[in-house]
Amino acid sequence: MNKILEKEVLSDVAKLMVVEAPLVARKAQAGQFVIVRVDAYGERVPLTIADYDREAGTIVLIFQEVGKSTMQMGTLEAGDELVTVVGPLGHATELDNFGTVVCIGGGVGIAPIFPIARALKEAGNTVISIIGARTNEYLFWEDRMRAVSDELIVCTDDGSYGRKALVTEPLKELLESPGKTISRVWAIGPMIMMKFVSLTTQPFEVSTIVSLNTIMVDGTGMCGGCRVLLDDGPQFVCVDGPEFDGHRVQWDNLLSRVQFYKEQEQVAVERWHEKCKLDEVS
Amino acid sequence: MAKKTIIPTKTPMSEQPPAERIKNYDEVPYGYTPEQAIAEAKRCLQCKRPFCIEGCPVEIDVPGFLQLIAEGEFQGAINLIRETNALPAVTGRVCPQEEQCEAVCALCKRFESVAIGRLERFVADWEAAQGPLPVPELPPPTGKKVAVVGSGPAGITVAADLARMGHSVTVFEALHEPGGVLVYGIPEFRLPKAIVRRDIDYVCRMGVELVTDFVVGNTATLDELLEDFDAIFLGTGAGLPWFLNVPGENLNGVYSANEYLTRVNLMKAYLFPEYDTPIALGRRVATIGGGNVAMDSARTALRLGAEESLIVYRRSREEMPGRDEEIHHAEEEGIQFHLLTSPVAFHGDGKGQVKEIECLKNELGEPDASGRRRPVPVPDSNFRIPADIVIVAIGQSPNPLIPKTTSDLQTGRRGTVVVDEDTMKTSKRSVFAGGDVATGGATVILAMGQGRIAAKAIDEYLRTGEW
Repeated sequence: MNKILEKEVLSDVAKLMVVEAPLVARKAQAGQFVIVRVDAYGERVPLTIADYDREAGTIVLIFQEVGKSTMQMGTLEAGDELVTVVGPLGHATELDNFGTVVCIGGGVGIAPIFPIARALKEAGNTVISIIGARTNEYLFWEDRMRAVSDELIVCTDDGSYGRKALVTEPLKELLESPGKTISRVWAIGPMIMMKFVSLTTQPFEVSTIVSLNTIMVDGTGMCGGCRVLLDDGPQFVCVDGPEFDGHRVQWDNLLSRVQFYKEQEQVAVERWHEKCKLDEVS
Repeated sequence: MAKKTIIPTKTPMSEQPPAERIKNYDEVPYGYTPEQAIAEAKRCLQCKRPFCIEGCPVEIDVPGFLQLIAEGEFQGAINLIRETNALPAVTGRVCPQEEQCEAVCALCKRFESVAIGRLERFVADWEAAQGPLPVPELPPPTGKKVAVVGSGPAGITVAADLARMGHSVTVFEALHEPGGVLVYGIPEFRLPKAIVRRDIDYVCRMGVELVTDFVVGNTATLDELLEDFDAIFLGTGAGLPWFLNVPGENLNGVYSANEYLTRVNLMKAYLFPEYDTPIALGRRVATIGGGNVAMDSARTALRLGAEESLIVYRRSREEMPGRDEEIHHAEEEGIQFHLLTSPVAFHGDGKGQVKEIECLKNELGEPDASGRRRPVPVPDSNFRIPADIVIVAIGQSPNPLIPKTTSDLQTGRRGTVVVDEDTMKTSKRSVFAGGDVATGGATVILAMGQGRIAAKAIDEYLRTGEW
């Protein structure tokens, strides 16, 4: 049992929770994730560790309400408990002083890119960050990202805040800018964004790291449900990743795999909405 | 002395009829009644030199417990079994007795062996029906602490034996439920989960502490555990599923058996949407492989509502590694067997979903290292089997998580942890290993047998400090 100590609504779809998880907090590093179960009927949901406090024994989880499990998790409040929080899982981000790096966070992906940007900054890199979302309401942590970045570019798809652009536009300008040598790019966000970031950097031959959030069950390499096809064969996201070289990922296969349970997810969401309605009247 | 008349065949055990059982997840065999059990136990010749004990990896006193059953002393019988076997209700169901104790039964020379497995199951179930088990008296605590990594058959056996010796034991389990393969792998219709829980509860009531949601290697490394514990037993199983590595294997609808069975058994996907974890339901499900895991997968698919469930196996029926009973149950339930058939590619429907398996026909060649005749592909014999769900059940090897995070733990072929077979000692001081993590993948009972060897050696190490 892991107690939720704080809850914060970051945007219409993103929520933050500070969760008691001393064993995870003790070992967590930027780039790793946990598996969470909401209750005894719950599925095992992988969530990236957005931050951690070793002394307090807490971790920060940020999630987007995209399916039944995350919607249900969103109804929990401080004082409630999650039945499972296990980790830290996966490899940590490879940290070094690469020179100038670009950190891109899209939507709820801003949360997991933050500890990576911070760690890269601490490792001596010049950090240029790009955060983006569909619209202003979905943006959060601009101040936090600014604090760990030498330069921060904010954009929205609809121009409701910052620059009206997809994250790939300022990225391309940075890559083309004669005064700048970008050594490495990190991108975390929707699968489609990570695909296009990888396609944008490929002609410039700039190494691009993406953090994949695939369907998982155990999270320890036991089931292989999370497998991603790279140019030279399959790998397991849970134990070989979650970070991969975006230029080697076969994106179309991955985009299709994450849609596999779409119909069942729909059923679960409808059933959840009905339950919520019933709870309101009774 | 009057010559004893032997009933030549085993007392039959009634089963759920196939047409009925493929619509539910209830156990297939019903088990013996007390009268049947007594009659069957009386078939034992009480040999002076009983080979059945040697045939048992955990050396159960078989003639002893059979004699007690014959006398109607069921409590005495189960107590005797429990002295060497922490999971009797489990092994009574899933042990390959026909290759072990029953294979060497003296009756086999002329008749069918005594149904030792069925009788073991009978007394274990009889005991459960009497209410909670009394905890055995334990010796005074030794003050030594042992960490057991993994709560499958090997780990539970080690934990029970060490607790009986007075050591303090903590079992670490990566998943949210204890039991390992007994819980995530073996289906409910073959091993009801309530039975596993009961046996594990018993071990916990002996003072063993159980910590779930703890991934050794990640949450803490072996070296970190050694700061708090005097010895460690690794019983992490063979959790890494093998794939065929043929084109199209990453299409939607292609599962590893581990994933398919874990979704259904551990996560209860068969009760979706009451439980959150989904599983894809296929109309025509093909399972690749010929072992028990393949049979479990194919039979699970039927129960999930598949119209057709197929086994695709590269050798012939004779070389199948699965237990006869499992293959027989699968046949009874209408599973179609496509033998001497090897998949070479998976083909999709153009939308990322698997649609067909491209296969080659095989002929049997010379025996290979396993002693079974090797499949030799017939050139240009390609043909396609339609299937909308494919389950790859061709084996697994140990999970590399712990060896990867432990610098001085030697591993061998296919990632198994290297052990001294007499003591189950690894290359790392204070660390022992047993079960599938050491063998690469065998049976529940072999894992338990190695657990017993390890427990003895751990006890000796804790007492003497000698490595």
